[in-house]
Amino acid sequence: MALKMVKGSIDRMFDKNLQDLVRGIRNHKEDEAKYISQCIDEIKQELKQDNIAVKANAVCKLTYLQMLGYDISWAAFNIIEVMSASKFTFKRIGYLAASQCFHEGTDVIMLTTNQIRKDLSSPNQYDTGVALTGLSCFVTPDLARDLANDIMTLMSHTKPYIRKKAVLIMYKVFLKYPESLRPAFPRLKEKLEDPDPGVQSAAVNVICELARRNPKNYLSLAPLFFKLMTSSTNNWVLIKIIKLFGALTPLEPRLGKKLIEPLTNLIHSTEILTGICASVSVLISLSSGMPNHSASIQLCVQKLRILIEDSDQNLKYLGLLAMSKILKTHPKSVQSHKDLILQCLDDKDESIRLRALDLLYGMVSKKNLMEIVKKLMIHVDKAEGTTYRDELLTKIIDICSQSNYQYITNFEWYISILVELTRLEGTRHGHLIAAQMLDVAIRVKAIRKFAVSQMAMLLDNAHLIASNTQRNGICEVLYAAAWICGEFSEHLEEANQTLEAMLRPKVTTLPGHIQAVYVQNMVKLYASILQQKEQAGEKEAAQEITQLMIERLPQFVQSADLEVQERASCILQLIKYIQKLQVKEVPVAEEVIALFAGELNPVAPKAQKKVPVPEGLDLDAWINEPPSDSESEDEKPKTIFHEEEQRHTRHRQPEIDEEELARRREARKQEQANNPFYIKSSPSPQKRYQDTPGVEHIPVVQIDLSVPLKVPGMPMSDQYVKLEEERRHKQKLEKDKKKKKQKKEKRGKHHRHNSLHTESEEDIAPAHHVDIITEEMPENALPSDEDDKDPNDPYKALDIDLDKPLADSEKLPVQRHRNVETLKSPDSELPLEEKKSKKPKKKEKKHKDKERDKGKKKEKEKKVVEEEEEEEKKKSSKHKKKKHKKEKEEKSKDKKKSKKKSHHSEEEPPASVQNGTLEDEPLPPMSSYRLLAENPYIKMTYDIQGNLQNDSKVTVSVIFENKSTSFLKSMELNVLDSLNTKMLRPEGSSVHDGIPVPFQLPPGISNEAQFVFTLQSIVMAQKLKGTLSFIVKNDEGSTHEKLDFKLHFSCASYLITTPCYSDAFAKLLESGDLHMSSIKVDGISISFQHLLAKICFHHHFSVVERVDSCASMYSRSIQGHHVCLLVKKGENSVSIDGKCNDSTLLSNLLDEMKETLSKC
Amino acid sequence: GRILCQIHFILLFSRQGKLRLQKWYTTLPDKEKKKIIREIVQIILSRNQRTSSFVDWKDLKLVYKRYASLYFCCAIEDQDNELLTLEVVHRYVELLDRYFGNVCELDIIFNFEKAYFILDEFIIGGEVQETSKKTAVKAIEDSDMLQETVEEYMNKPAF
Repeated sequence: MALKMVKGSIDRMFDKNLQDLVRGIRNHKEDEAKYISQCIDEIKQELKQDNIAVKANAVCKLTYLQMLGYDISWAAFNIIEVMSASKFTFKRIGYLAASQCFHEGTDVIMLTTNQIRKDLSSPNQYDTGVALTGLSCFVTPDLARDLANDIMTLMSHTKPYIRKKAVLIMYKVFLKYPESLRPAFPRLKEKLEDPDPGVQSAAVNVICELARRNPKNYLSLAPLFFKLMTSSTNNWVLIKIIKLFGALTPLEPRLGKKLIEPLTNLIHSTEILTGICASVSVLISLSSGMPNHSASIQLCVQKLRILIEDSDQNLKYLGLLAMSKILKTHPKSVQSHKDLILQCLDDKDESIRLRALDLLYGMVSKKNLMEIVKKLMIHVDKAEGTTYRDELLTKIIDICSQSNYQYITNFEWYISILVELTRLEGTRHGHLIAAQMLDVAIRVKAIRKFAVSQMAMLLDNAHLIASNTQRNGICEVLYAAAWICGEFSEHLEEANQTLEAMLRPKVTTLPGHIQAVYVQNMVKLYASILQQKEQAGEKEAAQEITQLMIERLPQFVQSADLEVQERASCILQLIKYIQKLQVKEVPVAEEVIALFAGELNPVAPKAQKKVPVPEGLDLDAWINEPPSDSESEDEKPKTIFHEEEQRHTRHRQPEIDEEELARRREARKQEQANNPFYIKSSPSPQKRYQDTPGVEHIPVVQIDLSVPLKVPGMPMSDQYVKLEEERRHKQKLEKDKKKKKQKKEKRGKHHRHNSLHTESEEDIAPAHHVDIITEEMPENALPSDEDDKDPNDPYKALDIDLDKPLADSEKLPVQRHRNVETLKSPDSELPLEEKKSKKPKKKEKKHKDKERDKGKKKEKEKKVVEEEEEEEKKKSSKHKKKKHKKEKEEKSKDKKKSKKKSHHSEEEPPASVQNGTLEDEPLPPMSSYRLLAENPYIKMTYDIQGNLQNDSKVTVSVIFENKSTSFLKSMELNVLDSLNTKMLRPEGSSVHDGIPVPFQLPPGISNEAQFVFTLQSIVMAQKLKGTLSFIVKNDEGSTHEKLDFKLHFSCASYLITTPCYSDAFAKLLESGDLHMSSIKVDGISISFQHLLAKICFHHHFSVVERVDSCASMYSRSIQGHHVCLLVKKGENSVSIDGKCNDSTLLSNLLDEMKETLSKC
Repeated sequence: GRILCQIHFILLFSRQGKLRLQKWYTTLPDKEKKKIIREIVQIILSRNQRTSSFVDWKDLKLVYKRYASLYFCCAIEDQDNELLTLEVVHRYVELLDRYFGNVCELDIIFNFEKAYFILDEFIIGGEVQETSKKTAVKAIEDSDMLQETVEEYMNKPAF
């Protein structure tokens, strides 16, 4: 009853509530705009009333209108009023409106700071919640700065509901006010272990987002996240963590090794597809650093294949997406699924087709390029809709032109493809095809003759191309055709015919810029014809051609296009003059040809940017002193002449004698020689490029001109595919023959193999000789592309070292006098003094209660406040202590680090993860990579990993670091095999053959390569002698160098960290099948924790159980030996009892451990 | 600079292209928002029913799903997980369903502020804040209780 009365009275207050408005709009479909403007007028009236309920109703309606697209920014102040309402109902509406329409530009937003602070500290968690939610939408840098401390405090609120929100908002605060990150981070980190799973996942979310942008600052959290990952049951959190590891592993390869197993398990076991996708993507990024894990990649590819074959379009799409990630690191594994991906090109869904296209881009190899492009060409023909067809066209060009045409073995084929593409109607990409034609013709010298013939054909058939009236993008190719025929006219066989084609009246209908190129290039053509005729003594023919030009050129002189007109009239005059000379029988060809002498070389697009600033040149310095500021604008014109004169006199050069001139000339020559933009007269471009890496490996083969230029009834490119197949087949046969021969003459010279696999890409020699002229770059150009980074990246500001202890200056700004107020309920009106001490306040409260006699609810609320307050205080004092402790710890950690660094500066940062054994103590940095050998050029470090799946193979990962300033190439690694241990060489190679390192090393760069070794017995350590040979290349030339090394296969390298449960461990010990042995090492000073970590890390053990200063550990060899340890720490010593199936292995392992420990 | 986050924005719109809800976790000028909405609604409505739920759009990815007459669309960053986002969308629909009881488009039209409140309990600043359905719905219901005592009529629409 009472409710009804209230409802009635409130109803009367509003003219219209939200529902009425919505209904009204739905009923006024014809004159919606008019109706709404009426409503807005009403709302304006409502906003003028004092009643907050009416205002809130008005704001609520406005929010609805805002969604419909109406501007409500004029009501910003009213929104703030409603936000400030004491009743939650209204406040909620106010904040919703604010979050929908406030942005950084809203000027009244600064008025909200105090209101928001008040709401944040409200005793009602929903007030706080609504304020936090609102803040997440409209936080500005100012608000972030002013409220950072309040929000940070809320991260430790008693209610998880608030903590959770506060943690998430903190991320927004960090973005807007990066200075808050360091002070708030310790607390954020604490939240990773919050008892409430919601808060925990919020913290994981925030740290993941932070870490994803600046991973290196979060490496130290890896152990914690590893623990969370193995313990979390929340899939959302799990996926976040996996994503985070995806960001961390590239920086810390060891982490990757740890992750492979849990992730593989996850993929195996999980039914959640989201999990599969996330794990797959991380596994992919992991495995990029560790080729040893091809098994897990294989698993990924298998799973993905299932996804792609699924009828669900979403899974198909994501499968393709993930595939493309694998492709980057493991192209081989994906390439075998080529058919599946080609199938996807037929999919109805365009986004799936586009994904498949992306994949194809990465899948091409020399071997399959032609086949893939052929398939794509079929799709081009079939494609409906120009968008997709254009996409196909660009993809074909992208695929072929990628990495400097790396995969094209036959450029005639490519030119034919380009020519075929010109038959596409209505494409927008004519200019793309044109650009490719030009690029190929210029850069692949050997193809020019063929290109010219094809282009001449295009010019001859220009009417077919130009007649294509609809969106005539394709006629752009005529631009390229005309230029190529002109520039390389010496290759033209029927120059006359081409010239005539270019002079056809129809040409004048082409776009101006194309005509201009026509005009310019017909002169080139003319010049070469002239020369030809003159040399042949055919004077008449020469005059005829001149006559033809004079007759036809006027049609261009009349062109409306200025450039065409200008060029044509200029050339017409020139040719008329030539005619006069011809009449006088003066030979002119040489001089006309001279107009176009010289060759153009391509310059890299970034060349200008890469010109290094010469030493001593300061680009920021003034060349002339800037005019002083005191000079006013008006005075300037008066003095300008006078000043200039002065300047002239000031800068006049002193007299220079002959000697000085000569010296300068020499210097200039020197400089010109180094200047890429100075066009030199004599040296051939070939010579200059010889030194550029990456060109010389392209073999030079004679052009095979047996290909007919045109095959009737069949697209030309198909012919090439056929011919290419035949050619390859032939090549293979020849190769096989050679191989057999080689085997026969085994004692002959060592033959270097290009690759490990017999069927590799490198086997396919290009059909012709692809002397791609590299684009010119200035000397000393930097190899990196730093300039591609975006300076406006908002996350850059958050790239902050989080391990450094906090300085006082970094503390968040705190509003002192507000702090006292923080916990006050908004409507209590106690004077400030009363809050100072607890007791009087309580009394006061009782007193007040009597006086005011408020509802029970209020009192309850207050009690809650009191309790919270007390708890808060306790907490904060605790927190302070903690903080102190932490800071101390961090300092000592820093010290340790710096000490360590002085010993081994190249060691990697900390964070080793061992089956959750890491507790509070920070670990010293460890690296599993040991030094292999070193000389002034190169340093090699190595690590050996076994694999449970294979009991007779280990992988040796070697990091090669170029220490010199020279270029290191042709690295080849070889070892002297022992009976037991052998390096795995490609089939057919002898034990004397080394294995080429699959990369070259620019100065200062390091890279890792893997070598697989087979072994029989693993119970003893092995040492293999070996040599690395390489070529050092620098300005002075190249030398052949060698570095000898000894590869040490410790027994520990045959062990694989395998977790073991304590009951299984106990059973194993009871079984009695194990041999026993023990060692004792004295003089141990490191902590037990570190000691265990060392054994885990260097000897591949895992802790089964640890009780005080005693621990049981377990590991397993690749051949399945169980190794159990009992490690006891005494005062200054440590004793290790070991049990193992093989006594030799055990004693060797213990000896190795003894050595490790004696270094501690 | 524009601030990025996991989910950039969420749009709800009808098959006729009428916007029913928009939530932006990035700050953009209104004009731009309108332009983006128009563009995205058009892109998604023009897509075939039997296509995947993902569209590459500028440097973002759109993840969308149709429930009855309503399209739910999220814009996420390139590295973000599409399936997870679909789950987010689905979870939101479940929350609406639980709150309204068999939710339909009209519920969202007439109680659009409630739809926002529910969304705000679920996602904050573009991040999922509550993975438990129960907790999220309870938070809404509890805060509704606060106002129900005063103005019940606002919660329970009279239509």
